[in-house]
Amino acid sequence: MTKFIQDLAETHRYQSTHLLDILRSIQTHYHYIPEAAIEQLAELLKTPRTQIISVVEFYSFFHLSPHGEYEILISDSITDHMLGKKSLIDYLSKKLNVAVGEVRQDGVVSLDNTSCTGMCDQGPAGLVNGHALTHLDHQRIDLITDLINQQKPLNEWPDNLFLVEDNIIKPGLLLNQSINQGSALQATFKRGLKETLSELEQSGLRGRGGAGFKTATKWKFCSEEPETLRYVVCNADEGEPGTFKDRVLLNTYAHQVFEGMTLCAAIIEAQQGFLYLRGEYLHLYEKLQGILEERRQAGLLGNNILKQGMNFDIEICLGAGAYICGEESALIESLEGKMGIPRNRPPYPVTQGYLDKPTVVNNVETFMAAASIAINGGAWFANIGTEKSKGTKILSICGDCARPGIYEYPFGTSIQTVLDDCGASDVLGVQIGGPSGTFIANHEFKRQLAFEDLATGGSFIVFDNSRNILEIVNNFIHFFAHESCGFCTPCRVGTSLLKKQLDKIIEGHGSAGDVVALEELCQLIKTQSHCGLGQTAANPVLTTLERYPELYQSQLKKISYEPGFDLDGALETARRLAKRNDAGAHLAQVEEES
Amino acid sequence: MANKIRVATTSLAGCFGCHMSFLDIDERMLQLVEHVEFDRSPITDIEHCTNCDIGLIEGGVCNSENVHVLREFRKNCKILVAVGACAINGGLPAMRNFIPLEECLNEAYLDGIGVENPQIPSDPELPLLLDKVRPIHEVVKIDYFLPGCPPSADVFWKFLTDLIEGREPALPYDLVHYD
Amino acid sequence: MSKSITIDGNTVPFEEGQTIMEAATAAGVYIPHLCHHLEFAPHGSCKLCNVKVNGRVCSACTFPAMEGQEVLNNTQELTDDRQKITQMLFVEGNHFCPSCEKTGNCQLQAVAYHLNMLDDHYPLFFPTRKVDASHAEVMIDHNRCIFCTLCVRASQQKDGKDVFAISGRGLKKHLIVNAQSGLLKDTDIEATDQAAHICPTGAILIKHTAYQVPIGERIYDHKQIDQVSLEKEHDQHGK
Repeated sequence: MTKFIQDLAETHRYQSTHLLDILRSIQTHYHYIPEAAIEQLAELLKTPRTQIISVVEFYSFFHLSPHGEYEILISDSITDHMLGKKSLIDYLSKKLNVAVGEVRQDGVVSLDNTSCTGMCDQGPAGLVNGHALTHLDHQRIDLITDLINQQKPLNEWPDNLFLVEDNIIKPGLLLNQSINQGSALQATFKRGLKETLSELEQSGLRGRGGAGFKTATKWKFCSEEPETLRYVVCNADEGEPGTFKDRVLLNTYAHQVFEGMTLCAAIIEAQQGFLYLRGEYLHLYEKLQGILEERRQAGLLGNNILKQGMNFDIEICLGAGAYICGEESALIESLEGKMGIPRNRPPYPVTQGYLDKPTVVNNVETFMAAASIAINGGAWFANIGTEKSKGTKILSICGDCARPGIYEYPFGTSIQTVLDDCGASDVLGVQIGGPSGTFIANHEFKRQLAFEDLATGGSFIVFDNSRNILEIVNNFIHFFAHESCGFCTPCRVGTSLLKKQLDKIIEGHGSAGDVVALEELCQLIKTQSHCGLGQTAANPVLTTLERYPELYQSQLKKISYEPGFDLDGALETARRLAKRNDAGAHLAQVEEES
Repeated sequence: MANKIRVATTSLAGCFGCHMSFLDIDERMLQLVEHVEFDRSPITDIEHCTNCDIGLIEGGVCNSENVHVLREFRKNCKILVAVGACAINGGLPAMRNFIPLEECLNEAYLDGIGVENPQIPSDPELPLLLDKVRPIHEVVKIDYFLPGCPPSADVFWKFLTDLIEGREPALPYDLVHYD
Repeated sequence: MSKSITIDGNTVPFEEGQTIMEAATAAGVYIPHLCHHLEFAPHGSCKLCNVKVNGRVCSACTFPAMEGQEVLNNTQELTDDRQKITQMLFVEGNHFCPSCEKTGNCQLQAVAYHLNMLDDHYPLFFPTRKVDASHAEVMIDHNRCIFCTLCVRASQQKDGKDVFAISGRGLKKHLIVNAQSGLLKDTDIEATDQAAHICPTGAILIKHTAYQVPIGERIYDHKQIDQVSLEKEHDQHGK
């Protein structure tokens, strides 16, 4: 082990900023992070062991105790559930003879749930040792079980298990027109950097991650910082359940995304860029490295790009299973090899980002759009959309519809249009922008995709009338409790309390004041939390409670109070040990009202 | 007499320390009984409370009998008050929550040093233990909380006189203690 | 003309670079806090110091004071929210004040007293956490840790060591110490370290010193934390 770790550290030039990469290699090799590896790394990276342990314990894909040689994770997204995930994982658990959350006794395989893996249009999905599995069904599970029991190396598994489809159903302005390699940069240098920035400004392009900050303004602020060491970061930590468009963009339009990043680097005069790729998209890693290499060969990355005297390169950093790293300052922390905890702001990343240097962080789609705008000009983009939301938005559509996949629409398009296109009928409602967004009911389908109406990072989940809203909400609330980074009190404790309170109501133990208590808790988490995760974590409850108050109320018993825990169940151990089962050995959950 | 406020008190998983502290109002008790009569409490012989205005509960919920008594109080008291640390958060008895119940019982009745005739009591007369000690607000609805271990005599006095005189009970800083 | 903000309608001067907390403290205005300590870089995690700045919720300990800010601090709405945040800290851990030697000197308890918190409101988690009594002079009772990171910061910034860190995610957050054994006795902490004394709760304690001051005569038994805090922090913050 000593040599393995030593070589690994050397490959990474003993940089503690590379800690996630290093840990990923160790995890892949040993199926956990051994204590001895931590000790050795602490020495080699001159980093306290506590910092390494804290990183290991922060990310879902690292473990301090041994996991299976085959580590299987099944996506717990609501969309996977709608495709029968629950019965599939039960089947898998039975076939593999390992309980969910456990390692099989022989150490060969472990099984667990994981947050949405971004395969919502081709689920139920999962990961085996980080590699995406799609379209899981009994047949595939039988095959996987056999492969595991024969201990076949992953590279001998049939390719079709790992096949990930693009499913581009409705291309628009951006997806229809793939650009030639280097053409955006050539156009930029030809027009001039300042002029290109002003084209970008005219285009009205706003950040595609969901928050919608004006891209040109961000770049301009960053370029005006006195500190000249600056960075470009592409946020490909697409973790919002129901979103998968960045996966498709990086699979098929990667050149254009990298070109957008390079263009940004030219404007803000950055020399180093990072693509922060979520760990779930490991399957794209090698391909993207190849594209970067291709671009270096073509003079589009590296030294003296297009002979313009510009030096810039891009490094790919893989995440390790933490939704919070989609928050830009948490992402930067993660890039620095730390736990993904959102920073206090100000200062903002444009002034103090990566290694406290000015940094532009943008979404994959934003960089892609910027590259197109550099070629076609600002007006080309600004002519489309609404007054406050220019251009188009790429959606990942999934759930109850005939044609899940990637759709591109001008901003201002109505929800109804989208539903018609994707073949959704008998629709109950749509979750716009993922769990952190808004649930809209079927009388609101005239509303529009736009920052000023329904903003979305791209997630668009359709639910038909066979679905149970409370189950959906429950899935989302459990997701947030699982993904809370734990930095601030209201989110760390609040999301878990919210989970408890919602479970109480859904399981039918709620009474008179319980919905009021639920809403109060939601408001507290929303207003007092540190970052966007906490501030939106209660949205699934708040947006459905607003629309379906009677649904929540109808869950409540017409009594003044009921315990939130199973009273009779709490006597189970004592009953068993005393070998009793008489009437006195039981408790009713609620006293009969007389 | 008919206008007197009926008060019931009990101790669940508690030590009666809160009751002792209540008695520390000393001579003020004479003033109090001009307005208050006691229903079920350690100082009367009444076994079950009926039609009370105020129920004072000391101690948390550790067994099935505690649940029954607590429910009787809730049913028969207009205002139910959690008195002291144990009623409010389980208190000292709740420190057993970190040891699985099975281990507790095994240690006490089977494997512990000096145990003779090892067996876990199973007489139906005995209440069964809950797997965890709970604060009373997790089992029934509680109207007021008097923190302290125990709450001082002045806390009882302030709270009851507020209620008797028709004020919303409030505790000033000096009366709020958790120890 | 010096710059100023208003807090609850009162004018409070500030110097460039001061946070709202610093300006408030210098002016004798108490904003409740637990993870903030004037000697260390602010952390902004407990969220007790959340104030409303021109309608927006900000953490006073990290947010810079800026001309034109109208800050709301001592409002019923904020007091209610702060009380609930404090209750969250209580139910998350195991805080049994009667059996804790820090009682009366505990800032978590004192803030709760100050906010007139009478109960825990939420269901208790009763997490199973350990006590590390391995060290001869210093001990950790993890039941009482609220993840304020003051010990982490004190050890790094004052003691020149790296004894503590917060590890884990979400509700699984926990305090760890820098020793291969994971035990305090194998770290280089000493009882004289600031990190050993800075804990606002009873999570890190110096052994053999308990109960030297009787209960009833302790810091917060008769003085509120706003007064104690301002007396202690006022001068330094106002510099």
